[in-house]
Amino acid sequence: MMDIITPVILVAAMGFVFAVILTIASKIFYVPVDETVVNLRAELPGANCGACGFAGCDDYAGALAADPSIGTAKCPVGGADCAAKLAAILGVEAGTAEPQVAVVMCNGNAEAAKTLMEYQGLSTCAAAKQLFGGLSACRYGCMGLGDCAAACPYGAIQVCNGVAVVNRELCVGCGICANQCPNHVIRIAPAKNKVVVQCNSKDKGAVTRKNCANGCIGCKKCEKSCKFEAIHVEDNLAMIDPEKCKNCGLCAKECPTGAILNMRAKRKPTASAASAASKAPAPAAEAPKAEASAAEAETPKEE
Amino acid sequence: MSYFSILLGIILVNNYVLAQFLGICPFLGVSKKLDSAVGMGVAVIFVMVLATAVTWPIQQLLNRFEIGYLQTIVFILVIAALVQFVEMALKKFIPSLHKALGVYLPLITTNCAVLGVCISNIDDGYTYLQSLVNSLGAGIGFLLAMVIFSGMRRKIEDNTDVPRAFQGVPITMTAAALLSLAFMGFGGLV
Repeated sequence: MMDIITPVILVAAMGFVFAVILTIASKIFYVPVDETVVNLRAELPGANCGACGFAGCDDYAGALAADPSIGTAKCPVGGADCAAKLAAILGVEAGTAEPQVAVVMCNGNAEAAKTLMEYQGLSTCAAAKQLFGGLSACRYGCMGLGDCAAACPYGAIQVCNGVAVVNRELCVGCGICANQCPNHVIRIAPAKNKVVVQCNSKDKGAVTRKNCANGCIGCKKCEKSCKFEAIHVEDNLAMIDPEKCKNCGLCAKECPTGAILNMRAKRKPTASAASAASKAPAPAAEAPKAEASAAEAETPKEE
Repeated sequence: MSYFSILLGIILVNNYVLAQFLGICPFLGVSKKLDSAVGMGVAVIFVMVLATAVTWPIQQLLNRFEIGYLQTIVFILVIAALVQFVEMALKKFIPSLHKALGVYLPLITTNCAVLGVCISNIDDGYTYLQSLVNSLGAGIGFLLAMVIFSGMRRKIEDNTDVPRAFQGVPITMTAAALLSLAFMGFGGLV
């Protein structure tokens, strides 16, 4: 009889002791959880993309509860709705979260850009970059091996015809792709800006022209055409100030190489890029950037 | 047996994952990313040493009452309670470590490698100190396997030439088998 009773008593006693210890421990080691944090966290999308600048949604909720003055509008995924809800919980005024998207500052597609080598190594940009600074002749441009596409948690970026293309409908502007790109071709810009310079080359005009048919050669025609002083050429590269740009598209019309893309204009496949940019200023549906760049590549550019 | 040869033997020759096939679930599940693999590995080292520190004296207690056959059930109970306790204590006193170990700490409550190392310490007749060294080595071996395998998986996933039938789990298993074979080369070292 004792053979059964001893083990049963022993194991039961052990279980009891552990239960007591754990109960006491849970009281002693109790960490107060702020209810505001839980509520804030519930309103955040939970994508943990880190676009707000914090390690994840939990981190942002914690930081926000500790100090509401950091702003409720940091989440580009949740947008204005989310910011308003967060502000309501905290009892502060909501700032506005301006929607941001990723912009690929390169249009050096398979036809336009020259390549340095036949690359057969690991098909990641990071690996290719280690060989002579990348496989394309232009060391500033998109290598088209899709590190950004692989990194995007929203499936918003794809490599089309050797160059990364952002789907602005899906993009939330979290900036993960921008961090992945070894050439820093991707920039996060306000979504309202529909005219973008699709080049990242800081080489002199002649070198850029040699390497890529679609590159910015720093001729400053755009700078002269702009009525709002929104575009300036620095380091042989045109840059648009998103604050000043009114999306008029004049610069895109002037650009001799078609390095500036006006997403509001539909491009005719047959016309040259320079004149096509503004001929049909109808609102383009869903920003058919991929088609536009493909079409543009077919047109000969002799300016 | 010297402590060094115990350590070397358990890390390389009798590696828990690659030679004894314990803890395969986290090995395959958490090895996708290097940082999570390291997090898991460190958490396993931590729990293995602690679990051994507690279960070895308890085995002596069981032996005294001549109920050594209850080893498995008692050890599981002890490890589960211990991990719960450690998690609460960490949350209170070292929040940064708690955050770093994150979800992996409660996950390894039921990791068979932890139970395995506790039982094999008893079976091999190690002293208390030898048991602790053995557990430390087992944890380090687990971490080593995780880190190597996460590197291999990263290369596999970057490679687009994998035949369709082999994509995903099959190629992962094959890679794990090859890594295990490679570790067989350490056989006879100790």
